[in-house]
Amino acid sequence: MNPSTAIYTAVALPLVGAALVVALRRWPNLREAASLITGGALFAVVLSLLPHVQSGARPEAQVVEVMSGLWLAFKVEPLGMLFALVASGLWIVTTTYSIGYMRGHQEKDQTRFYACFAIAISAAMGVAMAANLLTLFTFYEILTLSTYPLVTHHRTEAAKRAGRVYLGILLGTSVAFLLLAIIWTYTLAGTLDFRPGGILAGNADDWVIVVLLALFAFGTGKAALMPFHRWLPAAMVAPTPVSALLHAVAVVKAGVFSVMKIVVYIFGIELLHDTGLSIWLMYVAAFTIIAASLVALTKDNLKARLAYSTISQLSYIVLGAAMATSAGVLGGSMHIAMHAFGKITLFFCAGAIYVAAHKTNISDMRGIGRTMPITMTAFFIGSLSIIGLPPMGGAWSKWFLALGALEAGQRVLVGVLLISSLLNVAYLMPIVARAFFMSPPGAQDNPASPGAGDVIAATDESSVIKEAPLFCLLALGTTAVGCLVLFFYADQLYQLLTPIVMP
Amino acid sequence: MIENHLPILQILVPLIAAPLCLLLRNRVAVTALAIAATWVTFAISVALMATVLQQGPISYELGGWAPPWGIEYRVDILSGFVLVLVSGIGALVATWSPTSISVELPRYERHYLFYCAYLLCLTGLLGIIITGDMFNVFVFLEISALSSYVLISMGQDRRALTAAYSYLIMGTLGATFILIGIGLLYIMTGTLNMADLAVRLQGVIDTRTVIVAFAFLIVGVSLKMALFPLHLWLPNAYAYAPSAVTAFLAATATKVSVYLLLRFFFTVFGYGFAFDRMQLWIFLMPLALIGIVTASLVAVFQNNIKRMLAYSSVAQIGYMVLGISFASVSGLTGGIVHLFNHGLMKCALFLAMGCIVYRCGSVHIDEMRGLGRTMPWTMAAFVAGGLSLIGVPMTVGFISKWYLVKAALEQGLWPVAVLILFSSLLAAVYIWRVVEVAYFEEPSAVEGEGSIREAPLSLLIPMWVLVVAIFYFGVTTKFTAGIAQQAAESLLGVAP
Repeated sequence: MNPSTAIYTAVALPLVGAALVVALRRWPNLREAASLITGGALFAVVLSLLPHVQSGARPEAQVVEVMSGLWLAFKVEPLGMLFALVASGLWIVTTTYSIGYMRGHQEKDQTRFYACFAIAISAAMGVAMAANLLTLFTFYEILTLSTYPLVTHHRTEAAKRAGRVYLGILLGTSVAFLLLAIIWTYTLAGTLDFRPGGILAGNADDWVIVVLLALFAFGTGKAALMPFHRWLPAAMVAPTPVSALLHAVAVVKAGVFSVMKIVVYIFGIELLHDTGLSIWLMYVAAFTIIAASLVALTKDNLKARLAYSTISQLSYIVLGAAMATSAGVLGGSMHIAMHAFGKITLFFCAGAIYVAAHKTNISDMRGIGRTMPITMTAFFIGSLSIIGLPPMGGAWSKWFLALGALEAGQRVLVGVLLISSLLNVAYLMPIVARAFFMSPPGAQDNPASPGAGDVIAATDESSVIKEAPLFCLLALGTTAVGCLVLFFYADQLYQLLTPIVMP
Repeated sequence: MIENHLPILQILVPLIAAPLCLLLRNRVAVTALAIAATWVTFAISVALMATVLQQGPISYELGGWAPPWGIEYRVDILSGFVLVLVSGIGALVATWSPTSISVELPRYERHYLFYCAYLLCLTGLLGIIITGDMFNVFVFLEISALSSYVLISMGQDRRALTAAYSYLIMGTLGATFILIGIGLLYIMTGTLNMADLAVRLQGVIDTRTVIVAFAFLIVGVSLKMALFPLHLWLPNAYAYAPSAVTAFLAATATKVSVYLLLRFFFTVFGYGFAFDRMQLWIFLMPLALIGIVTASLVAVFQNNIKRMLAYSSVAQIGYMVLGISFASVSGLTGGIVHLFNHGLMKCALFLAMGCIVYRCGSVHIDEMRGLGRTMPWTMAAFVAGGLSLIGVPMTVGFISKWYLVKAALEQGLWPVAVLILFSSLLAAVYIWRVVEVAYFEEPSAVEGEGSIREAPLSLLIPMWVLVVAIFYFGVTTKFTAGIAQQAAESLLGVAP
């Protein structure tokens, strides 16, 4: 396939998938098959672009001139390639998981769910491949709007309130700050194209750079930099596959990806590194890392704890971008993939526990490792990756981030990374320990739960294995293995990403 | 041969069709005639626009009397653009209206009166745009105003009568102010032709009389276009008029007044006098900004959704005036393109309201519970229009905001830029109130014969034509922003 056709296909294919989902709404099995097949095809299409990017080409496609000189256009560079691969790859896994979860849980309006999901993926592809800020912003907003029906899926009063927070923060920050920054950049630089080395150097005073950086960093509400992080915990009312979409597949990744891309291709890391104008952002990110981890410690609801963990982990990526050193940028970019696999595993596990055992609070999960060994093993692996221990992928990105902190001459930040890892241990490991080493409350608690879907049951001497639906296990097993695989294939990622710091 | 007379046909077609409605009286024939006349009018305006784009401005001498003695009809880029908007909306709403007024005007068995007034109003609005003669402006202004009072008073709600009455008072005041302004200019120059006036005014520009005329025209035009704080007639008029009338007037009447503002202060008085010497922007910009914010805030608290959209219109007028007050190419482009874009989206929104009235009988927010399920296509159109009002990318509203914010930043007025963006968030609040009620609450209990169903296709299709236009012109703006920019350049005298 010709590369520019592949780009069009990558953006359009999920939309076709969404149309198919709606068309097949009366036949659930066909409908889910449509999602899965579209996902597979999309991944193949995105993968077909990889060799081009690896060989140094930058496939382009120009769609339409929106305003004079401003195009809706796509251009694939390594960072976008990585994000597109992560999003399209994890879409397949998440769809698999959704089939288990949504049916196991007998959710309503599944057609709308799958359709909106596909539209969100299309928007994520658009964000990943955007050639300029206008295109990025367009798809960023489509992503916000298409995920709103997902966040408010249950249409309860709580969902409505969560939707308000979600839309209020994401739309609010993007319109009030991001759009302002984009138009300002346009009036300064006369272009919005992402160019290696940036477009702002020599076009703006120092104070303008600082203000613009702030507008971009806080305007990208999806990056969940404090104080604009509230939407993530609010959105946990949604079904778990939606949480996976938000936390790993598309939404927050689109946020941190945008920040990274803007730093690299709009400001240019040399500009920020030489002037030190982004030092303040490092400390905002560092504060978010520590503060969110501390809040995570206090949360008993598993999804809430994971949500705050995400906020903290996202700031690693923002931190990497703010360092504006090659190791920092590489570490931050790699963390997009590493965190995606780790966090999606954890959310899949949280959802699996909810479907199989109807538990949401960590304090109720004593001994759950005995009834759900596969799930909790995957949870353990995901936790290790988030903490950043070898042999999990997360180890590499933290390594590069620490190197980047040293390169930037900010030793304090190495300390921050260290403390944060310890805090990760403190809020994740007790869950695992509780699950495996403590005995379940009231050994003869009736585990029968109608509506749990295809339950795999087997007898053990002490307890009954009662795992989540097969589709769920398949998904969380895949991503857990992914965490492990990424540790050994980190070099490939490194090779792919290196060109962005060496123009 | 006939193409040489297109400028006069632009006016004559609806003007002759109006009394024909009275003669025909047969309901089907009148409806068909009105729809045909409006579409022909639209085709003429498109042809005029195409000619202007190819060959430059058209000047038509009425009765063969050369200006400045005779009346001149003049189509340039700006007037051609607004003609296309007004006649296009006129045709779409006319096509949409038969189904709607069959429910909303039960007392008026004689629909021919409605179409007669409607066509006259269209004639008046088109005349204001096309004429190059100051007194002719006033004549057409009165034609459109008088017929719109009639149209508004046809509303089902009895409050429509008081709304029409207060519009009558305010509209007449505005027209009188304009007439006085025109009269004073005539005293000083002895001419009524705009181009001639522009030349002759330069000799007497510093006299007190001209300055007083300037002031009268500002107040008059501001009243007609409902610029804050002279907007008080508008919310009730839009809320209680029949839906078709609201959709038509909201998309055209105030836009034509904005056009007059541009015509008077850029073409007649000239940019140098209006903005450099009289510092018109000091007057316009604060009022526009206050209008944008207060009207948006008031809209948030309305429970009658037509009224909410009416307040939103007041705010949107503020955007247009704000763009004009920058007096830069970007600013004027933003103002002019928003004039067009807002016409599209507000018309779509009011048509959606009309569909809801058709099925539910009211547009109170409580009536909209669960409409996302029962009337999915209507509500989808509402959401699309709403997103455009907020200024989401790929909709026309985004394009307008882009130019306005760009213009503000170019002049270093970043607080203004922030305010523009902040007020789009207010739009998000008032639109989302409706979205939440329509999509999150269950449909209200069924009363009477049948539950609420989707509106018929005769209502949906014209509405969705506009929705498609909202997205089409949001993605490719060669026609809208491109022409608006040319118009802005010619108004500012920087034309290439």
